[in-house]
Amino acid sequence: MILLDFEKPIEDLLKQLTKLEEVEKEGNIDVSSAKAELEKKINDKRKEITKNLTPWQRVQLSRHPERPYTLDYIKYITKGKFIELHGDRTVKDDKAMIGGFGDVDGKTVMFIGQQKGTNTKTRQYRNFGMANPEGYRKALRLMKLAEKFDKPIVTFIDTPGAYPGLEAEERGQGEAIARNLFEMSKLKVPVICIIIGEGASGGALGIGVGDVVIMLENTWYSVISPESCSSILWRSWDYKIDAANALKLTSADMKKNGLIDCVIKEPLGGAHVNPEKMFATVKTAIKKRIKELSELSKEELVKKRIEKFANMGEFIEE
Amino acid sequence: MKWFNRLKKGITTETKEKKEIKEGLWFKCPSCKKVIPINDHVKNLKVCDCGYHQKISSKEYFDIIFDGKYTELSPNLKSSDPLTFSDTKKYTDRLKTSQEKTKLNDAITVAHGKVNKQDLVIASMNFEFIGGSMGSVVGEKISRAIDYCLENNIPLMIISKSGGARMMEAAYSLMQMAKTSAKLTLLAEAKIPYISFLTDPTTGGVTASYAMLGDINIAEPGALIGFAGPRVVKETIGKDLPEGFQTSEFVLEHGFLDYIVERKNLKETIALQLKMFKN
Ligand SMILES: [Zn+2]
Repeated sequence: MILLDFEKPIEDLLKQLTKLEEVEKEGNIDVSSAKAELEKKINDKRKEITKNLTPWQRVQLSRHPERPYTLDYIKYITKGKFIELHGDRTVKDDKAMIGGFGDVDGKTVMFIGQQKGTNTKTRQYRNFGMANPEGYRKALRLMKLAEKFDKPIVTFIDTPGAYPGLEAEERGQGEAIARNLFEMSKLKVPVICIIIGEGASGGALGIGVGDVVIMLENTWYSVISPESCSSILWRSWDYKIDAANALKLTSADMKKNGLIDCVIKEPLGGAHVNPEKMFATVKTAIKKRIKELSELSKEELVKKRIEKFANMGEFIEE
Repeated sequence: MKWFNRLKKGITTETKEKKEIKEGLWFKCPSCKKVIPINDHVKNLKVCDCGYHQKISSKEYFDIIFDGKYTELSPNLKSSDPLTFSDTKKYTDRLKTSQEKTKLNDAITVAHGKVNKQDLVIASMNFEFIGGSMGSVVGEKISRAIDYCLENNIPLMIISKSGGARMMEAAYSLMQMAKTSAKLTLLAEAKIPYISFLTDPTTGGVTASYAMLGDINIAEPGALIGFAGPRVVKETIGKDLPEGFQTSEFVLEHGFLDYIVERKNLKETIALQLKMFKN
């Protein structure tokens, strides 16, 4: 397991645990009680660490290299019954944005999400989860497909931003995202959006207009990354921690400010410590929300969605 | 005028009030470097012979486009600093400085007037107010402008001129993209025309929401229009950008604008466009 700087206090304990497990494998000595004691120690320490995580530490957790990504969630939730669909029908197939029909215990759901890679090669293949316009257009095509066949939509958001490349500009990155915001606002099927990692700016919002917007506990969602915010407002890369504080980008702050609907707790230490538990919690939430939203008429669904976003904003009227 | 009486909080402004311009003031064109007497420059609607369109204020656009009188809508909305945001400066201080310097309340001004006798609501962004950045006030004023257009069946024009989202309002600012786009679906549903007019510069979250969602998207010549800023794109690709990258002409060529209109033709073009939607 890769440990982040603030997790160092459990490093030794984890090493001890690995050693004990080796001894256990040899089978000569009963280590069960020592192991249980050590596991409790690790848990206690983790609790202590995670009790007071700073916004920047949560940003770090959201980017943990072992954190589960979109396809991991889909695989678990659909028990492998997932048919990936490709292409925007205009330019190409964007590997940073995936989607397709999946079976959730007998009910078909359209899954869409940004996909990150797990090693140097696949990270590049997935363009670090930064979609081009064709990614957003593919997402929209699949959403329209879901609407046509009356299937609910679940989006998994995990992106450091829409790709700021030359060709992305030529092919209308701005228009692609704008079109998605417009079209998603009036989709006549339930739309559930879940931020599972990074929710950076328009690139995240481009698949983020839903009836229910959920953030996992250790994710972030804002208009800009703490690093870029630091570079623009402080004119230096050194103020990312201050920027992370100032942006109020954590799940708790976003819920408090009424900009998302719900926060899902992560397993102790983060989603990557116990992915199966994380997947199960997310699956339960998805099923519950789909059931609730399916009870609304199509008109109510769209009206409520538009009203929700129309009410976002804080201002003074003199 | 009957439509005038319905307004509650409007402010009436006499247009074409000629500002006193002192003799001996000159405009130096940043494009062709030519020096022009300011009087001539103003007479040319601040467009140089070389085609360079200098940035102008919302009030100047209203004066150019509207027939005469116009009424400002929701003039008294101000930012509330919902996050008590502070970087090297407090957001509240930035707001105060901008308000004093520009005599504006925020980065957008909305007005209802007539264009060759046809009603039009214009929401025009104020670049001089924190880079025309979009925060809650911009989102709310556009949202209310849409409600007003729906109620009175009047076409909407948004003049974009913005560096993008207002970072000091963080996720509130981000959600204004969703808010304005969602509200535009209501205008579309009611089949009320929406003209998006992109001026220099239109970037970031503004491009990625209402600026690109017009029934027709039009732009001033030579405006910078893009999603990512040119500096970011340059850093991403690690090469110099091709000439003319992210200009109005470039964006037209790539299929995201309907046409480019020179300032001197703006009023007549909008008037004709409105007529064509109606007749
Ligand atoms: Zn010139």
